[in-house]
Amino acid sequence: MSRFLIKRLFSATLTLFAVSVLTFLMFFALPRDPVSGMCPKNCSPERLERVRDDLGLNDPLVSQYAGYMKGIVTGRDLGSAQGGRCDAPCLGWSYVSNEAVSDTIARVLPVTLSIVIPAAILWLLLGVGLGMVSALRRGTWVDRAAIGFSLTGASLQLYFVGAVLLLVFVYNLRLLPVPSYTSLFDNPAKWASGLVLAWVALAFLFSAIYARLSRAQMLETLSEDFVRTARAKGLAKPKVYGRHALRAAITPVVTIAGLDVGGALGGTVITETTFGIQGLGRTAVDAVRSGDLPTIMATVLIAAVFVVLANVLVDLLYAAIDPRVRLR
Amino acid sequence: MDSSDPAPSGKPDDHPTVPAQRANEDAYLRVSDLRVRFDTEDGVVRAVDGVSFAVERGRTLGIVGESGSGKSVTSLAILGLHDPKRTTITGEISVGGRQVVGLADEEVRRLRGRDMAMIFQDPLSALHPYYTVGRQIAEAYRVHHPKASRRAARQRAIDMLDRVGIPQPARRFDQYPHEFSGGMRQRAMIAMSLVNDPALLIADEPTTALDVTVQAQILDLLADLQAEFHSAIILITHDLGVVGQVADEVLVMYGGRAVERGSVEQVLRAPQHPYTWGLLSSVPSLHGDADADLLPIRGNPPSLINLPPGCAFHPRCRYADRTGGRSQSEVPALRPVDAADATDAAGLAEATGHLVACHLGAAERAALYAEDIASVGVAR
Repeated sequence: MSRFLIKRLFSATLTLFAVSVLTFLMFFALPRDPVSGMCPKNCSPERLERVRDDLGLNDPLVSQYAGYMKGIVTGRDLGSAQGGRCDAPCLGWSYVSNEAVSDTIARVLPVTLSIVIPAAILWLLLGVGLGMVSALRRGTWVDRAAIGFSLTGASLQLYFVGAVLLLVFVYNLRLLPVPSYTSLFDNPAKWASGLVLAWVALAFLFSAIYARLSRAQMLETLSEDFVRTARAKGLAKPKVYGRHALRAAITPVVTIAGLDVGGALGGTVITETTFGIQGLGRTAVDAVRSGDLPTIMATVLIAAVFVVLANVLVDLLYAAIDPRVRLR
Repeated sequence: MDSSDPAPSGKPDDHPTVPAQRANEDAYLRVSDLRVRFDTEDGVVRAVDGVSFAVERGRTLGIVGESGSGKSVTSLAILGLHDPKRTTITGEISVGGRQVVGLADEEVRRLRGRDMAMIFQDPLSALHPYYTVGRQIAEAYRVHHPKASRRAARQRAIDMLDRVGIPQPARRFDQYPHEFSGGMRQRAMIAMSLVNDPALLIADEPTTALDVTVQAQILDLLADLQAEFHSAIILITHDLGVVGQVADEVLVMYGGRAVERGSVEQVLRAPQHPYTWGLLSSVPSLHGDADADLLPIRGNPPSLINLPPGCAFHPRCRYADRTGGRSQSEVPALRPVDAADATDAAGLAEATGHLVACHLGAAERAALYAEDIASVGVAR
C-alpha cells in the first residue's frame, strides 16, 4: 500500500515535469511576442527591450524554466517590477493582470471547485439512480423515459442547455439571479443561487452517460450467479439490489467518475463562459490569448495535478471496493 | 410463434388417474404436473412440461438430463426464483405442506434459505466476490433470525464452516471467496445453504466445476450432512456416476418432460427408456469390456420453443420407427414399466415404482436392451 503510494507519487512527479516542460516549449514556439502585446502604442524598441529584460524574457530558456521551477519549490525574488519577493509555491508574476499568479489562482480555483463538486454529486446521484431504476424496471415506461433522457443529454451541447436554462429561469421567470460567484463561506444562499444553473447544466449532460453506463452494468450484474445466490438465501429485494448487485455494478462507474471529475476540476471552460463566471478554465483560455506565460503554466499544472490525483484516487477506491485488487 | 396449446393428442393426460402402487403422504416436497413457460421474443419456451415427483426427508432424488432438459428450471421454480413477469408456472409445488405456486413473493422469500436452500454449480461465481465468505454465511443466517446478534451469527457461521470440514474456520471466516480453493468454496457454499437447517436442499450440479477427487469429498459431505440434518435432497446432474453414488431415486428428464423415473437400482440396472440407455452407453464402464465402443446419443437436444411432435426424443431414437408412427404423433405418458399398454397413465407425484414414458412395449424394450445395449458392456 505505502509502496504503491510512493510509486504513484514518483510517476506523478514525472508526469507533471513532462507537462511543465512541454507547456514551456510550446509557449516559446508560439510566433508572438508577449511584451509587444502589453505595451501601449508607440513603444520604442528600447523600451520593449527594457521590459523584456525586467521580465527575464531575454534569459536562456533553460534558466527561465529553472527559475520558474525553483520558485514553485522554494520561492524566489522576482524583482521590483514583479512584486518583489514571491514565496513558495511561487507561480510567477502575470505581466498581463499585474498580480502574482498565486493570487489569481486563489481567486479562480474556488470558483471552479464550487461549480464542479456540487455538479459531480448531482450527476452521480442522478445518473446512477436513473441507471439503476431503469435496469430494475427494464422494458417499462420508466426505462424508456430514462433512456430518452440520457439520449437527449448525450446529444446536447452545454452552451445550448445553458442558454435555455438562462433564458427560462433568469430572464423569463426571473426565479434566479444572473449567475455569479459568491464565496460559500460569505453567503451560502447566494453561492448556491448563483451557481445552481451551472450545476444543473453540467449534471444533465454528464448524468446521461452515467445513466447509460450504470444501467448496462446493473443489467449485467443482475444476471450474475451471486445475485441469484442472494435471492436464494431469502434476502429481500432492497438488500439484493442495494448490497449485492449495486456494489458490483458500481465499479466501472467509479473509474469514469474519477476521471471525469479530475478533468472537470482542471477547468470547465464552456460552462464558465456560458454562465459568465470567471473560473480556472476561463482564466486559462484568457492567459493563452494574451500570451501570459506564468498563468498558462499555473493553470496547466493545476489541471494536470487534478487528473493525476484523480487517477490515484480511482485506484484506491477500486481496491476499497474489490478485495481482489491488490495495490502494488 | 406458437402460443396456443398443443394439439390434445400431443399431450399427456391432463388429469392422470393413477395406479400409484404406494403413496407416501409424508413427502416433504411434492411437485405435481409442473409446467414452466417463458415468453421470449422468439416464442414460448416450454422449459418444463408436466413433471411430477416427490421427495421425503432423508431421501435423495437425482434429476438427470442434458442441458436444456428442464432440470435447473424445475429447481429454480421450486425456490420461486423465476422472474414472474416473463414466466408462467402452473401445477403444484408443495414444500412442507405449503403450496408455493401462486404464493405471494414475500411468502416464498421467507421459505427460501430457511425451509429450502440451494447449492449452485460454480461456487466462485455464486459467492459474492466483494464480501467475506463468513459475512455471506452470517447474512444468510440473520435473514431468517433477525433477532440474532452479529456475534451470534458469526459464531453460527464459524460452526457451520467447521461442520463442513473447513480447517481454521475462525480465520477463514474473514477471507474472501477468491482466497478459497474450489473445493473449499463449495464447502462454504454448502455451509451457507445449511446454516438455517433447511428441510429441503437442492444441489444443482454441485460437483461439476470441481476436480474428481474433490467431487467425491463433496458428495460424501452431502451424504453425511443429510444423515445429520435429515433433509430431503434434490441432486441435479448430468453425471450418472454421481447419481449412482448418492441418489435413492432417479428422474430422467428430456425436453422438459420426465421420461423415466424409479429407484436408483431400477433405473441404473434395468433402464427402460432409450434415452436413458443412451446416457448409460455414453459413460465408460470400469467393469465392462475395456475395448467396447461408447455409444453416443446421435443428434442434439431439441429446441424447447419447437419441440418435435409426439415423443420429443423420437428424432434421436434408434427405435422410433417400431411404434407404427405413434412416436411421431403422440406424447407417451409416464406409466409403470410393466403396464400392458399406454392407456394406463400415471403421473402423480407420489407414484412409486419404475415409470417410463415410451411407446415401445415392455417386452420389446427388454429384448432391445438385452440385445443392443447390455451386450456392449454398459450395464453395471
